[in-house]
Amino acid sequence: MADGLNHRPSLSGPSKDELDASFDDLHKPLNSIKAIAAAEHCLYCYDAPCIQACPTSIDIPTFIHQIRTGNVDGAARTILSENIMGGTCARACPTEVLCEEACVRNHGEEDPVEIGLLQRFATDHLMANATSHPFSRAANTGKHIAVVGAGPAGLSCAHRLAMLGHSVTVYEAKPKPGGLNEYGLAAYKMVDNFAQREVDFLLEIGGIEILYEKALGRKLSLADLKESHDAIFVGVGLGNTNKLGLDKEDIPGVEDAIDFIERLRQADDKTTLQTARDVIVIGGGNTAVDAAVQSKKLGAENVTLVYRRGEDAMSATAYEIDLARRCGVTVRLWSKPQSIKGDTHVKAMKFERTRIMNGKLVGTGETYKIPADLVLKAIGQQLNLSALKGLEIAGGKLAVSSTFATNVSGVFAGGDCIKNGEDLTVQAVEDGKQAAHAIDGYLKGDADG
Amino acid sequence: MADLRCTIAGIESINPFWLASAPPTDKYYNVVRAFEAGWGGVVWKTLGVDPPVVNVSSRYGVHHDSGRGVIGINNIELISDRPLETNLQEIEACRKEWPDRIIIGSMMAEIDEQAWKELAIKIANSGVHGIELNLGCPHGMCERGMGSAIGQVPEMVEQTTRWVREAVDIPVFTKLTPNITNILWPAEAAKQGGAHAVSLINTVNSIVSVDLDAMAPTPVVGDKGTHGGYCGSAVKPIALNMVAEIARAQETQGLEISAIGGIETWKDAAEFIALGASALQVCTAAMLYGFRIVDDMIDGLSAFMDQKGYRSIEDFRGMAVKNTVDWNELDMNFDTKALIDPETCIECGRCHIACEDTSHQAIEFKIAEDGKRRFTVIDEDCVGCNLCAHVCPVPDCIEMVPVKNDKPYVTWPEHPLNPLKAAQ
Repeated sequence: MADGLNHRPSLSGPSKDELDASFDDLHKPLNSIKAIAAAEHCLYCYDAPCIQACPTSIDIPTFIHQIRTGNVDGAARTILSENIMGGTCARACPTEVLCEEACVRNHGEEDPVEIGLLQRFATDHLMANATSHPFSRAANTGKHIAVVGAGPAGLSCAHRLAMLGHSVTVYEAKPKPGGLNEYGLAAYKMVDNFAQREVDFLLEIGGIEILYEKALGRKLSLADLKESHDAIFVGVGLGNTNKLGLDKEDIPGVEDAIDFIERLRQADDKTTLQTARDVIVIGGGNTAVDAAVQSKKLGAENVTLVYRRGEDAMSATAYEIDLARRCGVTVRLWSKPQSIKGDTHVKAMKFERTRIMNGKLVGTGETYKIPADLVLKAIGQQLNLSALKGLEIAGGKLAVSSTFATNVSGVFAGGDCIKNGEDLTVQAVEDGKQAAHAIDGYLKGDADG
Repeated sequence: MADLRCTIAGIESINPFWLASAPPTDKYYNVVRAFEAGWGGVVWKTLGVDPPVVNVSSRYGVHHDSGRGVIGINNIELISDRPLETNLQEIEACRKEWPDRIIIGSMMAEIDEQAWKELAIKIANSGVHGIELNLGCPHGMCERGMGSAIGQVPEMVEQTTRWVREAVDIPVFTKLTPNITNILWPAEAAKQGGAHAVSLINTVNSIVSVDLDAMAPTPVVGDKGTHGGYCGSAVKPIALNMVAEIARAQETQGLEISAIGGIETWKDAAEFIALGASALQVCTAAMLYGFRIVDDMIDGLSAFMDQKGYRSIEDFRGMAVKNTVDWNELDMNFDTKALIDPETCIECGRCHIACEDTSHQAIEFKIAEDGKRRFTVIDEDCVGCNLCAHVCPVPDCIEMVPVKNDKPYVTWPEHPLNPLKAAQ
């Protein structure tokens, strides 16, 4: 659908240099002076609330203390021992609703400790300076595990399995590893090819092989994998996107926000992504914000983020919504898509105003039109069930036990594809880590499968 | 506005803030800048017998906290490395140009009567208000039989003080080293020798850090280091105690005190005055921030005095001396308990873990029904040690509340559990 962006004469948009600058780090990394100052703000709490708030339970007060004592690589090891993708999480985590929201400094009407930036400081330091991988593998168990999907859940699982002495083959549908870290996060959160650098770092542990362009359902089946491996971890994410259910949804200029972001992330030169002048983004999550902000950064004149309910119901964090507004995105609430206008290419969309009546969201009958030459849909994703036959499904996702076991013995799952998937990189990493321990137990015969 | 004038050893100063004998008072240029900034006086950097000493390069080490705040510094610099005559001419010039400011001449020599007397007379002739005997320098000079090598021997303290008293007719300050077992011994010796006042403390002998790459103490001179003199706010508690010891001892009654040791703020200054100091000397704070820090020392001390209704330094000088007693005079029946204010508590848990791991397991930690982390003092187990209040990052969140037990004041010598008392 890339050609959909090229239907108009070229915009006098930002130059390559300007684009590179505007897609630079959203949060500038801390230098060592700022890091020490930020670390000094940490109270080294006992049984700290920030640890509880981190899905991967990183010992935050300890790693910050280590930064304070000058043991920065030690700080990184503390982080990475719980979360091997601590580098990505430092960049992409909505810390404002996780660790930093829990920081006790908030109780004193102070700013919370900049935990995310400190985590980045430590992990960047180790990745730039370490001469060897910080973790080593246990004795070879002779077991071979298949991991489906080289996203955060799959790679986290693979790394922990490798640490535990197992051999791992990762089957990845795309030509590159990293999953949403590589294809789905906003470019200004993952500058300098960080997703690939992190995967390279993670693979240094050894014992992990990644096979690319191997998707379940395409010459690859769960049954085959089960035959040739001792256990399977499914971390396929959510492959399908939700539809608006409107006529003309397939005309040029209407596309999924995740495809738009993926194209942006894979472009070496963003000037080739000459964007539309008037962009509508539909949805209320962080993907919607990412798409809207990046459209604006690419040079769109008018970017409107439309959401059917009020701001409180948006799943994007308050910080992200504010970021969108600060970048010049217009946020329109209480409006639902009614129709798509245009014949060969989208020209506008019509929305109907909504309100809550008797606890239900209803249209008011009042409508308005917004011109658009690009419509980005960010209204959620679904699990692609076709290649997962035989696995129990609950609520449209894979059903797993508390130990990440599916209903099929030896098959485990985690990340966005499971029932409780939270759409967070950090949660996917935790799922993968916990599943690896469950698989290890299963292979030793001390757990159910 | 309170009157900050003070008198020590009969010398009247416009304020109690003098710069101590050290690098900041090394020469005319610095001293003039100090007077311009508002300092009431200076003790000129220590003068010796010519030829002048030669200093090494690399002279200061530092004790940082983790945020690069300076806890203390140490130095291995010797006394003035400029010719005596140059120093004396500059002192004379400063005295003429700044008639209302105090200049004390600091000196040291080997333990030789003639050397001490001749040098004292030369310095006195430059017009100084008084002479300070440097018997404290704990590095370098002591290896040549001077500084703390003299200050650590009470008989020599007395002797050198007497020599200077005999040689000159201006006030004599004997500067004491803290690197001794009991500060009263040299203080008493100084008094015996006729000192009008003692100045203390000089620097504390120290190795401030070890360079783990060079594997040598800092400051590293080439590839080796030596012990130096530690100063700055870290030594203030040591100085406060030594000043108090002298202020309250019978043997040193009437000996005036020029207090030195980690004075950085007006509050530090007020504390030393409350423990009996008549005047104050500052060095490290000026070295860290420049002479301008005297502004707030003056302003803050004055505001404090106004607030308390003290019109002059003498109004509150020594007021804390009578309340500084031996442990044996404390009230064994006094009881205090920590009280944590849940409204201002930010739930960090520092009080709990400090008490749980290292004190009396007297702070209970529970998750309340509203999800808040609740820390509560168990009164029966609290011994009133104050540790929780000290580690708490929120000012006044933990209050130490005295228990009203209506028990009489009972000291340990009077206490029924004292086995010596039982034996009586």
